[in-house]
Amino acid sequence: MLKFVTRRVAQLVPILFGVISVTFLIMYIIPGDPVLSLVGERYDDETIGRIREELGLNKPLPIQYVDYIGKVIRLDFGRSFVTGRPVIESIKEYFPRTLLLAFSSMLIAVVAGVIIGAISSLNRFKWLGRALMSFSLVGVSIPVFWLGLLLIYLFAIKLSILPPSGYGNGSLRYLILPAVTLSFASMATVARVSRASFLDIASEDFIRTARAKGLNEFVVFGKHLFRNALIPVITIVGTDFGSYLGGSVLTESIFGWPGLGRHIVQAILKRDFPVIQGAVLFMAVLFMLVNLMVDLSYGFIDPRIRVAGKEE
Amino acid sequence: MSELKSFYGRFSRNRIAFSGLIVLTIIVTGGLLADIIAPADKGRIDLEHSLEAPSLKHPFGTDSFGRDLFSRVTHGSRVSLTVGFVARTISIIIGLVMGLISGFYGGKIDSVIMRLADITFAFPTLLLLVAIMAVVAPGISTLIAVLGVVGWAAIARLVRAQVMTIRKRQYVQAAESSGIGTFSLVFRHILPQCISPVIVVYTMGLGMTIMAESSLSFLGLGVQPPSPSWGRMISDGIIFMRSAWWLTIFPGIILSLTVSSLNLVGDGFRDAFDPKYVYTKEKD
Repeated sequence: MLKFVTRRVAQLVPILFGVISVTFLIMYIIPGDPVLSLVGERYDDETIGRIREELGLNKPLPIQYVDYIGKVIRLDFGRSFVTGRPVIESIKEYFPRTLLLAFSSMLIAVVAGVIIGAISSLNRFKWLGRALMSFSLVGVSIPVFWLGLLLIYLFAIKLSILPPSGYGNGSLRYLILPAVTLSFASMATVARVSRASFLDIASEDFIRTARAKGLNEFVVFGKHLFRNALIPVITIVGTDFGSYLGGSVLTESIFGWPGLGRHIVQAILKRDFPVIQGAVLFMAVLFMLVNLMVDLSYGFIDPRIRVAGKEE
Repeated sequence: MSELKSFYGRFSRNRIAFSGLIVLTIIVTGGLLADIIAPADKGRIDLEHSLEAPSLKHPFGTDSFGRDLFSRVTHGSRVSLTVGFVARTISIIIGLVMGLISGFYGGKIDSVIMRLADITFAFPTLLLLVAIMAVVAPGISTLIAVLGVVGWAAIARLVRAQVMTIRKRQYVQAAESSGIGTFSLVFRHILPQCISPVIVVYTMGLGMTIMAESSLSFLGLGVQPPSPSWGRMISDGIIFMRSAWWLTIFPGIILSLTVSSLNLVGDGFRDAFDPKYVYTKEKD
């Protein structure tokens, strides 16, 4: 097991460097001089020279790259062009709210998705099962930003039962609409995957055995089927975590949710490049770690996976 | 030919997928005939008739400039579909080439290409797109290029896996040992076998690409006005949501219809090509 963990972690190192390099390069291709957008209209050559020195922009590219990696490893993402505040401070402030939103959405997606998947697998030849599956196909096709606006129109403007936007110090009333919006696409995927997995497991020998020995249908479903069918859902939650982070950019902007996603959008409007760079890198690394944990949890559940992939 | 026929037979029996194809045909035709069914003079600014509710004359209502929303949406489909098709084609070309090289040669070059794919996968896609579009000059051509380049990795992985299995098949090994050149080995024996899964992934990814385009345009990072784009129309409608709901609702309905029919058709293709083909979800 330890070997498996170290191998997976070692595989991650080159990818991590790749990710850091990509974020470095993205900010390097900024058209025009980032320093000019930093000082604005009123500048003199001396100030520009000083800022260049401070940012290390007068050094050759490879040196800048090495400097960047060194800083990133020490969690130093630079300072905001606009406020001068260290980027890591803003991440610390805004990210917990994004995490709250993401986890709430994940909870909704998994619970509702598995229920839909289970119902439609039990009714697969009836209209209910088919309707639920068509619904889940449509679910992945609805743009998250439009769905959010639709929910605002319905629940905040027409019915006035929920606030249209804001954070409300994290109170549940403010959380419901953005969380449902963000969960929708993932819920649909979870429903499809868990349905397929229920049908798959239902045809396994041990389920037949369980039925044959006279266990009632409730026990067969709850104890034998349900537990085993959930395994693929874990993977979906892992890969979909990226869509939560990406989707947070849209969802948070629509609902005025003061998380990291909205912070990125605001930074784009102000052309505050260090903030964009730092926040995107942070989310990418986080996404990598979540996927690593999913992989490792697989290894814990299924010993075959620990040895598989060795020959690659 | 008979293969094509049985493919069509299997596809058309799938009623849901077939209805997706019909909806898609209507939307594509609408985009192609945009100048006829939605003439330019209807899209003109006419401040006297701004924010009119849907009527017979303006089926989707008018926007804050008095422009007919139906013609804006129809012309917008042209933009969205073009961006989607071209970007997706770029992804497919890069993905095919990379996947073929990776799967065929293996070894060092394979691990380099696959690490590159891993790096692309390591980013939440929309976030990577947002970060790139935030620094490059916005516009349709950069949007297409960025969407196209970012989408290669999933296809490369699929093609690579496909090439590796095909190569182990007896007839390919027979051809190889009979001494045919690499060129005909790849183009006559391996590539044709990759086509059907690639078509499925192309169609499915098309919906996702159009969705990504609209999301970026919604954020102001994609298609720039005055070019009509669904995402931009929706974001422009937000401030009028209380008084003119149609501005956000209609472009969104057409966008959702386009994406879902593409997904339905892709789903139908997959089942029709090979009922046993195991669908690996393309990373969003």
